Amino acid sequence: MAENKGVMIFCEVTGGKLAASAAELLGGGKKLAGDLGQELSAVLVGSGIKNLAQEAITCGADKVYVVDDPLLKDYQTDSYVLVMEKVVKQAMPQIILMGQSAIGRDLAPRLAFRLNTAASLGCLELAIDPKSKLMLQTKPVYGGNAQAVFVCSTFPQIATIRAKAMSPLEPDKSRKGEVVTIDAGLDPSAIKAKVVKKVAEKVEGIRLEDAKVVVSGGRGIGSAEGFKQLEELAGLLKGAVGATRPPCDNEWVPAGAQIGLTGKIVAPELYIAIALSGSSQHMSGCSGSKTIVAINKDAEANIFREARFGVVGDWKKVLPAFTSKLKELLAG
Amino acid sequence: MNMVVCIKQVIDPEAPPASFKIDPSANKVVPPPGVSPVVDPYAEYAVEAALKIKDAQGGKVTAISLGANQLRDIVKKPLAMGADELILLEDEAFDGGDSYSTAYALAMTIKKLGDCDIVFCGREASDWNAGQVGSGIAEILGLPSVTLVKKIDITDGKARIERVTDEGYEVIEVSLPALITVSNEIGEPRYPTIKGIMAAKKKEPLVWKPADIGVEPSQVGAGGRRTKLLKLFQPVREGKCEVIGGESPEDAAANLALKLRESKIL
Repeated sequence: MAENKGVMIFCEVTGGKLAASAAELLGGGKKLAGDLGQELSAVLVGSGIKNLAQEAITCGADKVYVVDDPLLKDYQTDSYVLVMEKVVKQAMPQIILMGQSAIGRDLAPRLAFRLNTAASLGCLELAIDPKSKLMLQTKPVYGGNAQAVFVCSTFPQIATIRAKAMSPLEPDKSRKGEVVTIDAGLDPSAIKAKVVKKVAEKVEGIRLEDAKVVVSGGRGIGSAEGFKQLEELAGLLKGAVGATRPPCDNEWVPAGAQIGLTGKIVAPELYIAIALSGSSQHMSGCSGSKTIVAINKDAEANIFREARFGVVGDWKKVLPAFTSKLKELLAG
Repeated sequence: MNMVVCIKQVIDPEAPPASFKIDPSANKVVPPPGVSPVVDPYAEYAVEAALKIKDAQGGKVTAISLGANQLRDIVKKPLAMGADELILLEDEAFDGGDSYSTAYALAMTIKKLGDCDIVFCGREASDWNAGQVGSGIAEILGLPSVTLVKKIDITDGKARIERVTDEGYEVIEVSLPALITVSNEIGEPRYPTIKGIMAAKKKEPLVWKPADIGVEPSQVGAGGRRTKLLKLFQPVREGKCEVIGGESPEDAAANLALKLRESKIL
């Protein structure tokens, strides 16, 4: 049997382009491949995606495996697991990395079980152990209260990585790489769970993940009306509104506004945390923010251990005054 | 409709973060004193998903829980909510497993039960946040799987399922039997009724050992692991917050705005 070698990135495609996660993973994967002295490959699976191979090379891939087939237009568990099984058996990588997305979270474990190996989901950090040459996989556990380092000695070692945990390389258009086309060879009857409709939730204004300023509220905001005040501040700062889980569960804000271990991950320049306690579960979605500012009436709240600046007080009194002062300062 | 729900007993994830402690020499979490364990919240969403289907069209719901020292009053909660049977996989051999060995033991249990239309799991458990056991069970049993589910409709032996995606959601059609992992968007789990609690008190769970599900003790728990936990640690917090004061909350707010402006943050 051939030896497993190389680091492989499963690159997601969104809206006909490589997803932001793909460039991040190629950047992080390049470092691992370098430490192993092995090559970095990318896998592109989809329909009409051949033309993206060069972009993966520009972002650091030495080799790109392309599986282009109309049956692969949408991500479907059955077809993607089959195709990845085929790619892996041909390419024999030592490591496979994916984004911690709705796709990666579904594909990684099922593929790992199919290949008789194991995966770690939602990793923050990956490194090659200098002695064993195995991949050390660090991920938050217990809702972010702790972190665990796992190692798996069966190949391929599979991990999904959280957004923004790795940095993309500077794109280099002069980079050369090899493109390998693999035939999907899919039997449509193998697709048992079929996607029949895709619904995108409308986002008004700036996307949470792209915003430079995020104004976030917790259970203490108490109502959808309360969040209107957060929207006003976010509007003023050209930012976006986020939330902890309770406001989403109570439908004060859309589910897509949730930030945390089980929601979105943001890393803005400024994160304004209002009436939220700063649970580990929430902080693991925003701890990468450059500056965290807290407004909370409980001086003992955990958020004050995470924040750079804070005001202890009732947000209903603090926030309007804060917004109006900022309005004045930014106008002048 | 025959349904199985996989649940587990966990340390209460709502316990205050300050009570969270690790024993570094054992790489284990020390259960916070005085805080009762709970049924994993994600698993409760899975129980709720199964009970919704039972409400609509009848059927039987069997909960399976794997773990050591399972407190009967805790793990009986699915029964109190409306499930019909409870099976506990309880033996030293089941201890110290990872996603692989846990999925294997659960899959073998479901196989032994036979004749199951839907297997439900939570999207992940609140302790190890692994998020793999559901997909693993499906792969071992050769079932189609739909993960991160927020809505299920069953008609004519087929399920029409809404799955949460990064952009919104997608609708998936799958024939049964199938495995579903449930996300919190399914809706708050019901509270047990007094009647349910009384019924659960009278019902004794079945307790199964590895031999009962036809596996060797070495295939489950720590013996069946594929991953090794090298280290468990608590990330260090810096804690250098500058608290901005003022004569009134409004005054403090204005000072905060000034401070952010001065520090060129805004």
